[in-house]
Amino acid sequence: MTGRAARRTGPLIFLLAAVLLLAGCGNGQNALAPASHQSRDIADLFWWMMGGAWIGLAIVVALLFWSWKRRNRRGLGSDRAGEKPGERASWYVVVAAGIAMPIVVVATLFVISDIFVIQTTQAPASAATKLTVQVIGHQWWWEIRYPGTRAVTANEIHIPARTPVRVEVRGADVIHSFWVPELNRKIDAIPGRTNSIVLDADEAGRYRGQCAEFCGLQHAHMGFYVFADPPARFRSWLAHEATPAAPPSSALERTGQRLFMGGACSSCHTIRGTNAQGYVGPDLTHVADRTTLAALTLSNRRSDLAGWIGNAQHYKPGNQMPDLNLTASGRQALVAYLEGLR
Amino acid sequence: MAVVVPPRPAGAEYVERLERQWASRPGVLGWLTTTDHKRIGLLYFWTTLAFFGAGGVEALIMRTQLSTPNEHVVSPGTYDELFSMHGITMIFFFIIPMTTGAFGNYLIPLMIGARDMAFPRMNALSYWIFLASGLFIYTSLFMGMAPNAGWFDYVPLASRQFDPGRNIDFYCLGIIFNSIASTLTAGQFIVTIFKSRAPGMSLNRMPLFCFAFLAASLGLLFALPVLSANTIFLFLDRNIGTHFFDPARGGSPLLWQHLFWIFGHPEVYILIVPAFGIATSIIPAFTQRRLTAFPLVAIAELLVVFIGFGVWAHHMFATGMPTISMVFFAAATAMVVIPSTIQVFAWCMSMVTGSARFRTPLLFIAGFIFMFVTGGLTGIMFLAIPFDQQVTDTYFIIAHFHYIIFGAAVFPIFGGMYFWFPKVTGRMYFERPGQISFWIIFVGTNLLFFPMHIVGLLGMTRRVYTYPGGLGWTAFNFAETVGGFITLVGILLLFGNLVVSYFRAPRADQDPWHGPTLEWTTTSPPPEYNFAVVPTVTSPYPNWDDADRERDRAKLARGVLVLDEGHEQPAVTPVDGRFAEIVEMPNESPWPVVLAISLALVFTMLLIEKYVIAGLMGILCLITLLAWSWKEPQE
Repeated sequence: MTGRAARRTGPLIFLLAAVLLLAGCGNGQNALAPASHQSRDIADLFWWMMGGAWIGLAIVVALLFWSWKRRNRRGLGSDRAGEKPGERASWYVVVAAGIAMPIVVVATLFVISDIFVIQTTQAPASAATKLTVQVIGHQWWWEIRYPGTRAVTANEIHIPARTPVRVEVRGADVIHSFWVPELNRKIDAIPGRTNSIVLDADEAGRYRGQCAEFCGLQHAHMGFYVFADPPARFRSWLAHEATPAAPPSSALERTGQRLFMGGACSSCHTIRGTNAQGYVGPDLTHVADRTTLAALTLSNRRSDLAGWIGNAQHYKPGNQMPDLNLTASGRQALVAYLEGLR
Repeated sequence: MAVVVPPRPAGAEYVERLERQWASRPGVLGWLTTTDHKRIGLLYFWTTLAFFGAGGVEALIMRTQLSTPNEHVVSPGTYDELFSMHGITMIFFFIIPMTTGAFGNYLIPLMIGARDMAFPRMNALSYWIFLASGLFIYTSLFMGMAPNAGWFDYVPLASRQFDPGRNIDFYCLGIIFNSIASTLTAGQFIVTIFKSRAPGMSLNRMPLFCFAFLAASLGLLFALPVLSANTIFLFLDRNIGTHFFDPARGGSPLLWQHLFWIFGHPEVYILIVPAFGIATSIIPAFTQRRLTAFPLVAIAELLVVFIGFGVWAHHMFATGMPTISMVFFAAATAMVVIPSTIQVFAWCMSMVTGSARFRTPLLFIAGFIFMFVTGGLTGIMFLAIPFDQQVTDTYFIIAHFHYIIFGAAVFPIFGGMYFWFPKVTGRMYFERPGQISFWIIFVGTNLLFFPMHIVGLLGMTRRVYTYPGGLGWTAFNFAETVGGFITLVGILLLFGNLVVSYFRAPRADQDPWHGPTLEWTTTSPPPEYNFAVVPTVTSPYPNWDDADRERDRAKLARGVLVLDEGHEQPAVTPVDGRFAEIVEMPNESPWPVVLAISLALVFTMLLIEKYVIAGLMGILCLITLLAWSWKEPQE
C-alpha cells in the first residue's frame, strides 16, 4: 500500500478499533452494550451492517485508488473521436455492482431486520405482560406511575429484572422521546397519544436513559434511570412507594413541612398524605429514596438538594422551579423535611 | 491544450452588434436592474457565501460549547437558536441557493448554449426575494428572537403556548418568503432546460449536469408547496387561533411531522443531486472520457428525487406508527439505494477507465465519492427499522447526514468553485494551495464527523446544549471540535487561494481543462450574450466535437444563427431539441427589486400582526406587477 492510501485508510482502521474497544465497556447509555434480548438483537444487527458497510466502502476506495494508479495515462484531447475506453466492462460493473448487488444486499437486510428483528423489539399486547408502567414526559422531567397501585415517582423507574415490563409512554406538554439504549430502542412520548415499548432487563442493574426528542430549553437535562431490581426487592420497593409520606419526626422537619405547605412548593408538588397536591413538578412523597434530582442533573446529596432548593435556575436554567427567596435557616429546614421523606 | 481559434475578423461586425444589444448598464444600477443570468449567479454566489460564513460560525460556536462536558460558552437558549439557525441557514440559505442559484444560474444557460434563462426578470426577482428573506430571518438573530425549535420545528414545542416569542413567527414567514424564491428558480430552470437548449440538443444529448438540475428543480416545485402549507398552518395556529396541530382540539402534532418530512426528505436529495451534476461535469473533464453508462446515470439522477418523495416516514419510525406503514417506508428507503449505487459505480468506473488527472477539482470529487459512500452506507442502515429506532435523534444521525450534506453536497461545490474559477474570472487558480486545502478539509471533516457515529452509538442524543462527563463521550466530542477548526482552516485556505488567484494568478484561456461542455467554447469570462453564434449540438460533449465547433465558427463569418436583431435567443422543441422559433428576451428592469422590497414589507407587517397594512402592501405588490407587465415602448 502506498503512502497516500495508507493516509486515507489508516485513521479509519484506528477508529474501527476504537469502536470495537468501546463496545465492550458499558457506560450506562451505550447502545452497543446491550443488557436485554431486544437491545442485543439491535446491536447484533448493527455489527453485521457495519461489517457490510466497511466492505462496501473498501470496494469504492479500491476503485478510487485504482484510478489513481492509472492516472495521467493519456494526454489531453484523447477523447476527440468519441472513444469511451473500457465502456463494455464499465457497463458490466455498473449493472452488477450498482444494480444487482444492492438489490441482493438490501433485500436481505430488509427481510432480516424488518420482518424478523422488528418482532422482538415490538411492544407486547397489554395482556401479555404482568406489569405495566406509565411514563409521562414533562418539560423537563419524567413522571412515573404504576397502574393498580398508588405509587407515583419521578425520573427513576424501578422494574423487576428478567421480567418483560410494558411501558406506556405519553407526553404531558410537548413531544419527548423515551430511550434506554441498553434495554431497547426509543419511543416518542406524544401528547394525546399513548405509545408502548417493552423493557426486559437480563439482570439486575442500573441503566441510563435520556429524552431523545428536542423538547425545549432543558432537553439536555432530561435523563432518567431504570433500576432493574431482583423481583422480591422490586415488590417491596413498590409496596413502600405506594404508601403516603412519613410524618416529620423532628422540630426542624416540622418547620420544613410548614414552609413547604405554606410556600410555593405545595402549589407545584404533590406529597401524598399531606395537603400538597400540585402537579407541575415531580411527586416528592418518597423523594429521599431517589438517588438523583432534577432528571439526573444533580445527585441527591444534602448539599446538592440545598443548592437546588436555593437556586434551581443556576443548575437548570429555564426550568419551572422559581426562586423561593428562602433564608438560610428556612432552606435548612426544607432540606431536613425532604430528606425525611423516605 | 486545445487549439482555440479566435473569432475571425470576418464575423467582427456581428460581434459588435451583439455587444451593443446586450451591453448592461454600468455601476451599481446595472447590478440592481440586471437580468443577466451570470450576474445574478454571481450575486447569488456572494450572498450565499455570506450565509455559509454565518452558518459556519454558528456551527463552530456549538462545537466549542460541546468540546468538553458542562461547558458554558453560550446559554441554553442561545444554543437552541444557534442549532436552529445553523440548519435553516445551511439548507435554505446556503446549499439550495448556492447550487441552483449560483451554479445553476451561471452555468445552465452556458451548458445548453442559451443566452439567458427563459425568464430573466423572474430570475432577478428570485434573487432579490432570496436576499430579502435571508435578511428577514437573520434580523431575528440580532434581535435575540431567532427560531429556536430546530429547522424541523416540531409542534407542540413550536406552538404559541410553549414558544410565546416572535421566534417561530420569524421561522414561518422567513421560510414561506424564501420558498417563493426557490419556486421561481425551480420553475424557470425547468422551462429553460426544456425550451432554451441549443438546436440539436435533444434530451439524450443534454449534459448530465442539466439532468441533475432538472431533477432538483422538479423536486423543489413539488416539495415546497407542502412546506409552505405546513408553515402557513403553523402561523395560523399561533396567530389566528386555528387548531391544526393542537391535540386537545382535535388537531395532531404528527400532521406537522408528516407534512414537514414530505417536504424534508425530497429536500435532502434536492441538496445533493446538483452536487451529482457537478461531479458528472468534473469527472469527464479530468478523465478525458465520456461518462460511462450515460443513460443509466441520467435516469438515476431523476429517480433519486422521484423515489425520495416516498420515504419521508423513515424520519418518524419512533413516533409509534403501525408496523405495516413502517415496513412500506423502509422498502422505499431500500429502493432509493439503487439509483445512488448506479451513479457511484459510474463515476468510479469512468475514473478507472479514463485517464484521471488528480487536480484540485477531481480531488474534491474523489473526496465527495468517499464521503457520499460513507454517508450512504450508514443511510442504508436506517431501512433496518429497529436500528433506526435505536439511533434516531442521536449523534449517529448527525454523522450520517453531515457526511451527506457536507461531504456529498459541499465537497462538489468546492470542487466546482475551482473547476469553473477560470471560466468565471478569466484567471487560473494556484494548484498546490488548492490541493493542500482539499487535504485539510478532507482530514478536518472526517475528524469532525466520524466520531459522531461512535458517540451516537454510545448514547449521546442530538440537540443537547451540554452533556455530563463520565459517559465516554468527552474525548470524541473534543476530537470533533478539533476537526471542526481544522475544517475551518482548510476552508479559509480555499477561499484565500481563490481571492489571491483572482488578482495574481496567470490568465486562463477559454478552455484550460479541455472540458466537454459548451461553456468551454466561449471566452473566459463569457460575454453578456454568451455565444456569438448559437451553437448546434450533436452529442452531450459538444466541446469535444471539433467539426461542429468549426462549423459554428464558419457560421459566424457568414452571420448565420447570430441573432443580432435584438435580445434574441432560439427556442427548441422540449424533447428532441429541434429549432422552433426565435424569442425576444426582456431587457434589464428595476421592477424585480421593487417587488421584492414590497414583498418584504408584506412579511414584516404580517410578523408584527398588522394585517391591514400587510394587505395594503399586498396591493402595492399587485401595482408593481402591473407596472412590470406594462408594455414598454419599443426602441
